[in-house]
Amino acid sequence: MHPVHRPLRQRASLIIGTLLLAAVASLLVAGMTGSISVAVSELPDALGQLLRGQPDSLAASLLELRAGRALTAFVTGGALALAGVMMQALLRNPLADPYILGISSGASVGALLALLLMCASTTVDAAALAGAVAVSMLLYWFARRDMRGGVAAEGGASTLLLTGVILSSACIALVTLMLSIAPEGRLRSMVFWMIGDLSGAPLRALPWIVLAAALIYALRSARAMNVLALHADAAGTLGIRVGALRKGLFFVSGLLTASAVTSAGSIGFVGLIIPHACRFAFGPDHRVLIPAAVLGGGSFLVLCDTLARTVVAPTQLPVGAITALIGAPVFLYQLHQLRK
Amino acid sequence: MSIQTRQLELRAGERTLVQGLDWRVADGECWSIIGRNGAGKSTLMRTLAGLRAPEAGSVDLDGRPLAGWPLEDLARRRAYLAQSRHDAFAYSVLETVLAARHPYHARRYWEGSDDHAAAAQALDAMEVGHLGARDVRTLSGGERQRVAIAALLAQDTPLLLLDEPANALDLAHQVQVMGLLARLCREQGKTVVMIGHDLTLAHGISTHALLLKGDGRWHAGPVLEAMQAPLLSDYLGHPIETIEHGGRRIFIPLDAHHDRHA
Repeated sequence: MHPVHRPLRQRASLIIGTLLLAAVASLLVAGMTGSISVAVSELPDALGQLLRGQPDSLAASLLELRAGRALTAFVTGGALALAGVMMQALLRNPLADPYILGISSGASVGALLALLLMCASTTVDAAALAGAVAVSMLLYWFARRDMRGGVAAEGGASTLLLTGVILSSACIALVTLMLSIAPEGRLRSMVFWMIGDLSGAPLRALPWIVLAAALIYALRSARAMNVLALHADAAGTLGIRVGALRKGLFFVSGLLTASAVTSAGSIGFVGLIIPHACRFAFGPDHRVLIPAAVLGGGSFLVLCDTLARTVVAPTQLPVGAITALIGAPVFLYQLHQLRK
Repeated sequence: MSIQTRQLELRAGERTLVQGLDWRVADGECWSIIGRNGAGKSTLMRTLAGLRAPEAGSVDLDGRPLAGWPLEDLARRRAYLAQSRHDAFAYSVLETVLAARHPYHARRYWEGSDDHAAAAQALDAMEVGHLGARDVRTLSGGERQRVAIAALLAQDTPLLLLDEPANALDLAHQVQVMGLLARLCREQGKTVVMIGHDLTLAHGISTHALLLKGDGRWHAGPVLEAMQAPLLSDYLGHPIETIEHGGRRIFIPLDAHHDRHA
């Protein structure tokens, strides 16, 4: 007979609880680590002062300084990982990531153009957002047939994928063009933006609102996403509104990607490696995968950013380089394990 | 659950596959759709499942136009087995079958013990109960097909639409699945419409047959009348002979070089 399955709900609570603790721990590590480290014994007092809004001691001031950046890293990582999960379910392809459709390349074109014209940092962010939105609109217009349910051929959503890949390469061509005509002095900031960098990213409320709204949408659609991932168009025969779900996944993951790259540049690998690692560890069920990926992605980026600013301090590395350096070998290891 | 089509027309590109199909399937009937490759069998099945719109005409289920059914209600009344499937993610066999319970608890986040019971029963009925924890991507073709049919059973609907249920199954499991479908019609009053290429097997369990020629022509009727050798030879484009053996009718495709009257 069947092996006795521990109730799914209990298993999910255990996984999510553990990851929540890990997230808190990663934020604390980020707060304690730096050129002047904060000892564990100083933590309770410093946290207390922070919560009261009166950081008097050195430890509390350090925590406050580092908390802003760590929280930005968390929300960015969470958003990228969630966008990755949604994009993979939409395209029914575990190799998809939030950047595959060129939304981030569009943001790069906008941001680099603004940097080339020496605009203020808020203008750079706005230009990145505009680039991301423009590419999303183009994508939707070209591939709107794929977003409908039932009519696309079996294994549909291929027009969407191909259109995205082509739009992405067109954007990268524009980026290369701008890099080659840019004066020396501006190259460094442009390259850092492209690799993904959290050093200049301010803590804002908007990315948190976007992530919270997207998470609510994703959790409400989690079961439908399972059916879509299993059955593609035939999900309609199980009562799924395939067209509406595809559109929702496209727009919400696009919004998350735009929100993440707008504040931190295109940080690579988080949106690919975190959904993969979570699927590998906890299974493909979206009801567990979605919250796990958000918490895992957030914690991962917080730790990577802590490494980026400490490993060759006082020089700060772009966090995108760290995520790629960790992500690539981990991904290859997973792939190898899977093939065994 | 009954199906009624009126003046149904199906086209693939410029080709007219089915024209003017007025067809009625009543409760408890078991239909086999028979025709050559590309004759429009799967297209008709996808149309009945609501996955594509017909070029002309209408489909009613229980007297209500297909488009007028809310998707969730329909999902509790009609199940569809696709001809092939592509598994992109490592879902377990049990998760695959539990997903078919979706129409019963769209508002719940987790499945209840009733769903687990239905899934376990369906898995056992298809003799894949021992595979519950396996990754669906590691199954053999026949095992995967049986898991897909188990999901269909777990969906527990009065109407079953099956596109080649015997695909990839070994002889014993073909007979077992066909027997199970026949029993569902006979004992539980379910309605079955399926596509199959094994005429002998189809004749053994079906009450009716729908023949499609692929040029618009069709023929529907009880098996005794629709599954006559001359008619089948015409629709399948190949000479067929029948013999009676042990109370069953056996269909024999003649050798292309064989002279029928020799």
